[in-house]
Amino acid sequence: MTRRVAVIGFAQSPCLPEAGTTSGVETLVPVLREALAGAKMNRRDVDFWCSGSSDYLAGRAFSFVNAVDAIGAFPPICESHVEMDAAWAFYEAYVKILAGEAETALVYGFGKSSAGRLRRVLALQLDPYATAPLWPDSVSIAALQARLALDAGLISERDMAEVAARSRADAATNPYAQVAGQTTAERLLAEPYLADPLRAHDCAPVSDGASALVLAADDRARRQHDRPAWITGAAHRVDPQGLGERDLTTVPSATAAAAAVDLPDDLDVAELHAPFTHQELLLRTALGLGDKVRINPSGGALCGNPMFSAGLSRIGAAAAQVMSGRARRAAAHATSGPALQQNLVCVLEAQR
Amino acid sequence: MVDTAQAPPLSAPLDISFDYTRSLGPVLGRFMTGLRDHRVYGGRTSDGRVHVPPLEYDPLTHAPVTDLVEVRPTGTVVTWTWMSRPLEGQPLTHPFGWALIRLDGADTALLHAVDAGSPDRMHTGMRVRVRWAADPVGHIRDIACFEPGEALPDASPGEPADATETPVTMMTTPIRLHYRHTTSVEEDRYLRALAQGRLLGQRCPVCRKVYVPPRVCPADGVPPEEEVAVADRGTITTFCVVNVPFAGQRLEPPYVVAQVLLDGADIPLSHLIVGCPADQVRMGMRVAAVWREPERWSTTPENIAHFAPTGEPEAPYESYADQL
Repeated sequence: MTRRVAVIGFAQSPCLPEAGTTSGVETLVPVLREALAGAKMNRRDVDFWCSGSSDYLAGRAFSFVNAVDAIGAFPPICESHVEMDAAWAFYEAYVKILAGEAETALVYGFGKSSAGRLRRVLALQLDPYATAPLWPDSVSIAALQARLALDAGLISERDMAEVAARSRADAATNPYAQVAGQTTAERLLAEPYLADPLRAHDCAPVSDGASALVLAADDRARRQHDRPAWITGAAHRVDPQGLGERDLTTVPSATAAAAAVDLPDDLDVAELHAPFTHQELLLRTALGLGDKVRINPSGGALCGNPMFSAGLSRIGAAAAQVMSGRARRAAAHATSGPALQQNLVCVLEAQR
Repeated sequence: MVDTAQAPPLSAPLDISFDYTRSLGPVLGRFMTGLRDHRVYGGRTSDGRVHVPPLEYDPLTHAPVTDLVEVRPTGTVVTWTWMSRPLEGQPLTHPFGWALIRLDGADTALLHAVDAGSPDRMHTGMRVRVRWAADPVGHIRDIACFEPGEALPDASPGEPADATETPVTMMTTPIRLHYRHTTSVEEDRYLRALAQGRLLGQRCPVCRKVYVPPRVCPADGVPPEEEVAVADRGTITTFCVVNVPFAGQRLEPPYVVAQVLLDGADIPLSHLIVGCPADQVRMGMRVAAVWREPERWSTTPENIAHFAPTGEPEAPYESYADQL
């Protein structure tokens, strides 16, 4: 019989414009503690640890090794790391459990985005021959994508402002959000461009923070949590690296990932990792999400975008909806790379 | 002790740089050689499409791309944005447009800067031409930027490349990044104590071990709580003799780097051993810190110049066996 894997715990730090040490260890300590407590586990119960972070945020090699202190790595533990958003560490842990190599796992992501100039640092994820040497920053690249979608008539600047206004209103009840509050599309559209056609409200803030997720298999999950969020599908796909190689108004890798998980059309809620307003709109189309699906009740990455944990936090937020009983069936999405290049989709359900 | 509770933790600029040198291979090598010679080459894939920049492998057949064709140094803006405050390293230091540009003869778009002067001059569909850099070397930056307009009247495709000119096989890209490195509260107190000539350890509340410098306990995953003064002398647990010269080396080899278990600490720290010939350093040797002059002390471990033998009897192996 195929194993089933569930999310049984989630915790996050507040998203802050500047917080903590470059290594992020002390930010992680309480987050790990809270995630384990939610899963009624202690750290010795964790079979497999997997994290996502990047040396480019910390400005030093092997920066994630510091964070291993926070998980108590002596006596030796089974541990792995991805230089990506921790949503991909989640995927590794999910597969590890499915393969029978672990019964429980703790996944965490962390990063101090504010230590460097984030939009400039992110240029280094681009093609190193013809693109990165020009230092195109992440906001400008997103703006190129937004204009293509606007020119094609797929979205409008008002649509984008409405995404921002809705996200900020939703974030008002999220104590971890960095940006929140009541506003209107009209008010937002009166602001100047930051990177034409993007205004400040179209772009996620620079956030420091961390989050952690606990996974467990089958009966173990049932023992640890009254209402586990069962993972009924998880997949990720990637589009070509060259920005001029693909139609930036579509997200084929997100569509392919959604197809791979057989994304249900009766979702109660979807947490989308869209660091720019137009990207949420493109993703809703790419994933085929209807108007009935509640998008980002947490406020999403637009209201707090700690690099390398914001994607994992989407999975955590969706799982929290299921674990709390607010949703029966939820989807989560994470992205990595420029202009929605790589995308992960998973489905979380109350009953299995 | 100075009350540092209100002061923000110590932080300092951290600037790192590295010149990434990359070998180019047959496709990108020809592309970069072309740029040096003021020519732009695209790669034709099996579906007939011309990609600029060229792909190394055909996404449909996965075969190496070998068919390189020259495209025009003029093109059309497919999408754009405006960079009102250029960042370090970008093609222009004054405000400019970023654009995806489909060169005439190409089927895909190239990202580059457009020196348009004002966002009012930027629009989708605008025509632009290459502005070549003054000193081409075979690098994407040989295209200084694009500028509005059609090909210049005298812009015949450059002279055929001089056959004696060697093809470009490597490119170098300097990467410079700037950070502000911030210490933890525990590191902050450790460094401030160092500035007063004191070595401060911190004790894990669970296993009671004393860490110098302080850190989250790797065995228990909890931050240290209690501060403990430790001695500035201790025992060499293990060491190595450095015989290899390297860039930035401060001492002449051979010299010794040792793990020193300070009296009162449960984890050794690394430092230099000076004061006896390298071949006389032993495990168990007792050593003491040699501090620099107090006028030069600041919040840095460099306040201790090195450790030197004290002449005390060697410590028994059992006294440091657990710290190896």
